[in-house]
Amino acid sequence: MASLDHNQVLRSPQFQDLVRQRARFAWTLSIAMLIIYFGFILLVAFAKPLLAAKIGDGVTSLGIILGLGVIVSAFVLTGIYVQRANSRFDELTRRLAREFI
Amino acid sequence: MSRLLILATAAFVALDANLSGIMAAGPDLGAVQRQPLNWTAIIMFLAFVLGTLGITYRAAAQTKSAADFYAAGGGITGFQNGLAIAGDYMSAASFLGISGLVFASGFDGLIYSIGFLVGWPIVLFLIAERLRNLGKFTFSDVASFRLDQTQIRILSAVGTLVVVAFYLIAQMVGAGKLIELLFGLDYLYAVIIVGVLMIVYVAFGGMKATTWVQIIKACLLLAGATLMSLIVLWRFGFSPEAMFAEAVRTHPRGDAIMAPGALVADPVSAISLGLALMFGTAGLPHILMRFFTVSDAQAARKSVFYATGFIAYFYILTFIIGFGAITFLMNDPSFFKLGANGAYDKVRDILGGTNMAAIHLATATGGSLFLGFISAVAFATILAVVAGLTLSGASAVSHDLYAEVIARGRVSEQKEVRISKFSAIAIGIVAIILGYIFENQNVAFMVGLAFAVAASCNFPVLLMSVLWKGTTTRGALVGGLLGLVSAVAMVVLSKAVWVQTFGFARELFPYDNPAIFSMPIAFLGIWAISKFDTSSRAKAEIASFDAQYIRSETGIGAAAAHAH
Repeated sequence: MASLDHNQVLRSPQFQDLVRQRARFAWTLSIAMLIIYFGFILLVAFAKPLLAAKIGDGVTSLGIILGLGVIVSAFVLTGIYVQRANSRFDELTRRLAREFI
Repeated sequence: MSRLLILATAAFVALDANLSGIMAAGPDLGAVQRQPLNWTAIIMFLAFVLGTLGITYRAAAQTKSAADFYAAGGGITGFQNGLAIAGDYMSAASFLGISGLVFASGFDGLIYSIGFLVGWPIVLFLIAERLRNLGKFTFSDVASFRLDQTQIRILSAVGTLVVVAFYLIAQMVGAGKLIELLFGLDYLYAVIIVGVLMIVYVAFGGMKATTWVQIIKACLLLAGATLMSLIVLWRFGFSPEAMFAEAVRTHPRGDAIMAPGALVADPVSAISLGLALMFGTAGLPHILMRFFTVSDAQAARKSVFYATGFIAYFYILTFIIGFGAITFLMNDPSFFKLGANGAYDKVRDILGGTNMAAIHLATATGGSLFLGFISAVAFATILAVVAGLTLSGASAVSHDLYAEVIARGRVSEQKEVRISKFSAIAIGIVAIILGYIFENQNVAFMVGLAFAVAASCNFPVLLMSVLWKGTTTRGALVGGLLGLVSAVAMVVLSKAVWVQTFGFARELFPYDNPAIFSMPIAFLGIWAISKFDTSSRAKAEIASFDAQYIRSETGIGAAAAHAH
């Protein structure tokens, strides 16, 4: 790896493209997860009546639906990331590796 | 309600608070409720032990190099690793504790399971791929990639050992109590059996055996919980609404179990706990170590995806099991300690405490055979978690402290692996002794402390060294130590330790969990000290960021799969 010119990689548009796209995507999803989770915690702390509200005529409460929604959203967000990374980011990385190794 | 409040304030992590419910019950109750020797459970558990020992024997024959020992030769697939991560993470405390919490208070149990899940997406988005690209065997490899080997390795090895120690003590004590209850074995024997088996798995089979123990355990636990949930749902024609309606009719708190109760009374504590759970997951050494067992960043990424799926599914099952326990058990006096007039409290008087809700539900849904199976699964679960912790502690001693710090990298692989095996034996023996000493102590705060330290020391050092160019050795060292010391100090001064363990009248730190303060302290410390660090070493470290950056982002130059 001694032959790898770091400056050349850093300056290459492909590298910058990959890093920028992935960073934006990963931070967006991270912030989405933070908002979903801490939003839920704040609702639990400050909006108990809202979470106790019933769905339709049954006993199932909005809180249970939202709570399960948080669990499902964590899984869905990882799925979205993996989907994008497997296709787009891996392709960009492969191209970069072909060019520099 | 008041019992819940006590639960919420007494412990950082309710599942372990719940386990401590068994412990708090004390020896008198324990003696009354200790089960007769449960032969079905013991035979099924023996089958598990024999099977895993066979795997350990085969793994030992294939484990030759350091890469084999620490990272299973890099030959684990993403799917297998996902199962193994789930196996590492789904403890008996979360299985029995969360279902018990749902049984006692309904909705509140869901809040905790969510906290334990939401760290995983963060691990995936920010940590997993970079970790695989930069590291070899431990997360210290990554944190010290361009920083001073000696100082940063000592810091991260200490961070690792502190987390492992507290987590391990909590697991050992919980294991001893649980096995005493489930199998009718003496506490000391239970602790010794757990300790000896984990030593055998780790010292002989290394990462390969430990991984397969995790995978088998994860499959058994998921299968058992799935079966139990299906039986519960089947009774209600697979309608959750019908199950909830029946639970509301049965539970003494009625409709209140469908809404938030008293568990999140104080928003600061709730958010602090949330931070510790979310970011602590990304700093648990035995979890981070799993990313070096796969061949590349893509497999690391897939393993988090699968792990998140399995863990999410598991927490949904524990929720169903908790509600199932309400509907199946609460009207059946045979599961309760009856008062003089035959009356009983539908929550408090359940035999063995609320943690036993899932165990009793096994009896109610599948008879003594299913009870034996679920008990054996709970035992296997504990064993797998402590084995992962032991391996990670042993690697910190042999790979970080011995090979890189004491011997300065001049050590043969064989010697390093040998030291790791001896460390595993030593850690196992210490764990048995500590488990015995802490038998009647309150250990509920320890899991919370482990997560707080992971979030306030390991995670900031790891993240900043990888993401921020300006991080220097001095900054990482001071910031990491500040996070570590402040987290431990605030826990010691909090109610759980200062009042409940040391017996002082008033706590000096008002919140249950320190993360909301100790995490910013660590990040600010790293940032400020690095900024003021103008030494020539700091300049060299900043200059060498580029090489690390390229490798962490692309994997170009990363240690290839170790498979031969």
